[in-house]
Amino acid sequence: MAEPARAKPKPTPETQHFWDGTQANELRLQRCDACANVYFPPRPFCPSCASRKVSVFKASGTGRLYSYVIHHRPAPGFTPPYAIAVVELDEGPRMMTNIVECPQTPEALELDMKLEVAFEKLDDKITLPLFRPAKG
Amino acid sequence: MRRNQVAVVGAAETTELGVIPNTSQIQLHADAALNAIADAGLKLSDIDGFATAVETPQQVAHYLGITPTWVDGTSVGGCSFMLHVRHAAAAIEAGLCKTVLITHAESGKSNIGRTPRMVGPDSLNGQFELPYGVTTPASMFPIPVLRYMKTHGITHEQIAMVAVVQREWAAKNPRATMKTPITVADVLNSRMIAYPFRILQCCLVTDGGGALILTSADRAGDFPNKPVYILGTGESVETPMVSQMQTFDSSRAFKVAGPLAFKEAGITHKDVDHLMIYDAFAHLPLYGLGDLGFMPHEETGKFIASGHTRPGGKLPLNTNGGGLSYMHSGMYGMYALQESVRQMRGIAPAQVPGAKISVCHGVGGMFAASGTIIFTNER
Repeated sequence: MAEPARAKPKPTPETQHFWDGTQANELRLQRCDACANVYFPPRPFCPSCASRKVSVFKASGTGRLYSYVIHHRPAPGFTPPYAIAVVELDEGPRMMTNIVECPQTPEALELDMKLEVAFEKLDDKITLPLFRPAKG
Repeated sequence: MRRNQVAVVGAAETTELGVIPNTSQIQLHADAALNAIADAGLKLSDIDGFATAVETPQQVAHYLGITPTWVDGTSVGGCSFMLHVRHAAAAIEAGLCKTVLITHAESGKSNIGRTPRMVGPDSLNGQFELPYGVTTPASMFPIPVLRYMKTHGITHEQIAMVAVVQREWAAKNPRATMKTPITVADVLNSRMIAYPFRILQCCLVTDGGGALILTSADRAGDFPNKPVYILGTGESVETPMVSQMQTFDSSRAFKVAGPLAFKEAGITHKDVDHLMIYDAFAHLPLYGLGDLGFMPHEETGKFIASGHTRPGGKLPLNTNGGGLSYMHSGMYGMYALQESVRQMRGIAPAQVPGAKISVCHGVGGMFAASGTIIFTNER
């Protein structure tokens, strides 16, 4: 048996577009056609105004580091210490992620640093949106 | 809800607290329940309302041999019992039942007969948080704190003082798990768990339980112990995903529940003699002081570091030692309620002299839920 892998998401009908997006190396969000609210996680209605008229769009994939911990305890698929972070996307919503291509230290992980999405393929069905320090 | 219409007339914890390797979780419920029944001078057959969390009410009610006419299985994490108190008070006032038993127990350390908590891979948590390496609460609950510190200018030393002060309270409490005094340096040099938090800023993991009995205030004089009245209550929920909180600068669930309770009680912050803020981790008392309106968030760190919440301070906080030093079996809210009741009865090991109003504020999940109960010993 291989090493225990990280927990793998299982899409639902309402979230499938998001995971199809990451497969295609696109970060897809939803915007309300009625009130223009951009929201996450996925659902087929606007949590701000309750409209069912919503659209999926390709997000910029950029944001800033909102907050994080550096976890020092073991977890399946991770080598401690590793950062568990929350990124605030330029479009507004926040999502949990990991920061890659960056030392996992308080010195390197500065709040509000610019980040960009880095897709990590887990298998043929699931690609995770991770983030790395923005280039340039 | 009207003030002081319902009273706590029975309150007890399990016979033992800490490591209880010879008792299953459901028997811990029963041990706490039997102790509370004895405390109130009642029989189990007097109980017609029942509430519990994690376990279903039918599991525990049947184990105890209770036939309730009102049940509440609200299970929103460690503050579930604050919500049970609020719901029970409303039910008693509405005439749905007369005498309510609320139980909590958890074999958090020994793990005997414990109900598993599962997160499915197709749940929203399973899809959008679990893949990033969150495991225990220690990997999730502190995620907001660096943002909170940056926004409000809070220092690592100030948050370390939360643990130091609570150990001072615990030292006065024979039942506290950790009683040895600690310093800020001890906290900041202790083993790193999830930066910025070290082990002395994380709650204990223990076994135990507690139970409360509530009835109409008009009947409260018929019981052996000093009644403790429900003066005000509040509750709310936000999100089961810590990443999806509206902001990390405060807790929306706290900001709804706390002010509701104060408004219902008709008191101001100056009236508060004793305060409990559920401290699963060391940042929670800071969020609580700010979100309940005691002071702006910018002042919370300095307030605690200045010693205002320590023994002899002007706002005694977490006087049993809290989840950091007293005990934490997994859902600590029940123990915060027990300490408020002891303080209102005047029998706490670290009694606040002359305390008349106690605010007890709980959190559930990782800022997912909140409940606030304000008690008084004067009607």
